[in-house]
Amino acid sequence: MSGSQEKEKFNNKTIQWINDRMPIFSMLNNEYGKFPMPKNCNYFWNFGAIAMVMLVIMIVTGVFMAMNYVPSTAGAFASIQHTTREVNYGWLLRYMHMNGASFFFIAVYIHLFRGLYYGSYKKPRELVWIFGVVLLLLMMATAFLGYTLPWSQMSGWGATVITSLFSAIPLIGGGIVTWLWGGFSVGQPTLNRFYAFHFLLPFIICAAVFVHVWALHVSKSNNPAGVEPKSEKDTVPFHPYYTAKDSFGTAVFMIVYFAVVFFAPLILANPDHWKPFNSLQTPPEIVPEWYFLPFYAMLRSFTVGIKVAGVTLLTAKQQGVLAMFGSILILFFVPWLDKSPVKSARYRPVFKWALRLLVLNMVMLTYAGALPAAGKALVMGRIGAAYYYFFFLVLLPYLGKREKTLPLPESISADYAAHHGGGAMKKALIPAALALGLALAPHAARAADTPPLPNLHWPEQGIFGHYDMAAVQRGFQVYKEVCSNCHSMKYIYYRNLESIGYTKEQVKTLAATYQITDGPDENGQMFQRPGRPTDHFKSPFPNPETARAALNGALPPDMSNLVNAREGGPNYIYAILTGYVPAPKDFHVMDGHMYNEYFPGHQIAMPQPLVAGQVQFQDGTPNTLDNEARSVAQFLDWASNPHMEQRKRLGIKVILFMIAFAGILLATKRKVWSDVT
Amino acid sequence: MDQAVKKGATRRDFLYLTAGAMGVVGAGSAAWPLIDSMNPAADTLAAGSTEVDLSKVEVGSALTAVWRGSPLFIRHRTPEEIKSVRDMDWKSLRDPQKDEDRTLKAEWIIIKGVCTHLGCIPLGQKAGDPRGEFNGWFCPCHGSQYDVSGRIRKGPAPLNMFVPPYKFISDTVVHVGSGHDFPNPGF
Ligand code: FES
Repeated sequence: MSGSQEKEKFNNKTIQWINDRMPIFSMLNNEYGKFPMPKNCNYFWNFGAIAMVMLVIMIVTGVFMAMNYVPSTAGAFASIQHTTREVNYGWLLRYMHMNGASFFFIAVYIHLFRGLYYGSYKKPRELVWIFGVVLLLLMMATAFLGYTLPWSQMSGWGATVITSLFSAIPLIGGGIVTWLWGGFSVGQPTLNRFYAFHFLLPFIICAAVFVHVWALHVSKSNNPAGVEPKSEKDTVPFHPYYTAKDSFGTAVFMIVYFAVVFFAPLILANPDHWKPFNSLQTPPEIVPEWYFLPFYAMLRSFTVGIKVAGVTLLTAKQQGVLAMFGSILILFFVPWLDKSPVKSARYRPVFKWALRLLVLNMVMLTYAGALPAAGKALVMGRIGAAYYYFFFLVLLPYLGKREKTLPLPESISADYAAHHGGGAMKKALIPAALALGLALAPHAARAADTPPLPNLHWPEQGIFGHYDMAAVQRGFQVYKEVCSNCHSMKYIYYRNLESIGYTKEQVKTLAATYQITDGPDENGQMFQRPGRPTDHFKSPFPNPETARAALNGALPPDMSNLVNAREGGPNYIYAILTGYVPAPKDFHVMDGHMYNEYFPGHQIAMPQPLVAGQVQFQDGTPNTLDNEARSVAQFLDWASNPHMEQRKRLGIKVILFMIAFAGILLATKRKVWSDVT
Repeated sequence: MDQAVKKGATRRDFLYLTAGAMGVVGAGSAAWPLIDSMNPAADTLAAGSTEVDLSKVEVGSALTAVWRGSPLFIRHRTPEEIKSVRDMDWKSLRDPQKDEDRTLKAEWIIIKGVCTHLGCIPLGQKAGDPRGEFNGWFCPCHGSQYDVSGRIRKGPAPLNMFVPPYKFISDTVVHVGSGHDFPNPGF
């Protein structure tokens, strides 16, 4: 961003004084004030600004998350629980940060598609593009590192799988993996360094964004017609024209983002993220975040080594790793793979469809990546990888030379006159919808060997839904009398029960019925004392080993997060509790196990916990199995999402505000643009 | 050109080059401690051995111990299982190895239970776990299948599972972490 030499005049004396010594205001004015923008840019051009806003949101929420985070294998998961449950607005920080990563990727993927579609990587913007790809790589690294920090099952195993990719390097691969881990498996040293890098990288991203924008401001923005400005008439100053348009676009994007944050914050997250990391047990399916799935699908689709004369040249693993990393690295070469003199796909009839097909191909790969690695998923992965490489290595160079392009518009002004108001916004919605579809595709891909879960109505469902506190209290009674004999709920305090309608006194009396181990006292002895409201729920067993020893080797999961940690949430809980049926004749049930229709694999170690009439509800509700199961599911839903009501209430306000704000911004934008012809 | 001036110029170039080279060497050496600090620390390295009591593991069943933060798969193999991994054409395997080169006693297979593809823990230790087509272990992550010798038979993994160094300190107690070193080609 070159500072201009001639002295500018400002009305404000202080500004003038500063500017004479350090021409920062001149620079701002040159780069964001009068900076010439082609006047025909459509809404696709918003996504750079949107990505920038997301970056800021991620850094801000991230720094505040960091204030509550403990980077230790023993404390990380608990500290995230503490943040979400106990810290004021901690749930908001976490859900904004968690979903912010997804929306950052949505914005960046659309931005990248825009660049490909309108040829923004071509001369003279090659460097802008290259720094963009560097940014993409940095973002991916940061996102991966962040994914490991909650130290959940997905975190630990995601970290294991991704770092193990480097073991594909011949000879030194194993050493590199040990070096990355700082040990012989993913553990404390790994978590510590990942945290350090997750904190560091965003600032490197900021620096790279600066360079990316700098390069852009030298070559100036491309536009949908792909012809360069010829005269002053072709451009408008950045401010107020594009500040207005970007603000409006960003506000609309924020509405969708906030809708997810407040009303469906877990929709993009894998339930295994709510189970603490167990380094000795891999979850039955490892799935990365949706934005990595296409690449993950390519990684998995190679299963046969390449052998020449009996010597393995490339193992299947090496091929997969190469295909995956190659798919990103190939983007660096796009400016030289595509030599077509025409930039915009609008005037390239074949390229346009080849590129749209590439987008569909990515959707297919995303879907394939979420399926278990067998059969259909592998076939789709192979086809997808083949088309991906075919597009970049064959179609791009070939079309660049051979395609018969359409005549270009005379100038940007001519293009503007032709396209003005022509549904450009509607067009930007298509890829936005696609990207959201991409994000949700994994949900469609879940496989199941169990019957579909019952789809019950829960009062807490929906935007206006809230907990039925009477049912939640009944559920607590079921937990207390039945579940708590084996299951802990170690992230819940007794005092939390006040928020489901118990009085302070009731909670105090209840807590006091438990004996809590405390100490050491002044003699160095541990002692027992009655529980207090500020104690966590007392666990039935002092440690997992005792639990296993008492329960025939089975370890009952902690129930604090059970609803979030199971696909299907309360429906799943209900289904398991009511799913004990006699085993089919040909089904062999192992010793110490029961048959359950809805349990994956059907063999469950937990004996049927609830039967009709088991609990005498204090409020006189009939104690059918249905009622017992329903109420405990609601109690557990509350335990997993104690701030759900506050979240939705705030969400409605935020969304209404944002809609009004977007409306004002749209009116402003219209007014500003009304003099452009 | 004046001889003296030229000589001065050459000398200057030499000094520039030397200074530059020394700068690079200095910066490079300064980087090494940083890089090496990320390798396993001394105590991590030292915590490398463990002893396992096998007396309670019946024929046909399995035990999972922990070694260097990873699961250690131990199986007490049945005669049929031993036969299935020994009477076969091992040379045609992906990572060709004799079962004899992977065990000290035929009835005990002891391996590090980490999939050589991308490091997941294969299933097959617990009763009821899927064990794959070769009755050994099945990796849930990307479908690698191992036989009862821990050799890769199908799926994306390139190598057999790792056999740690171990020795029997009595008939039923095995010391893992040092002792007999197995070849483990590829590691
Ligand atoms: S990690 Fe075992 S198959 Fe990929």
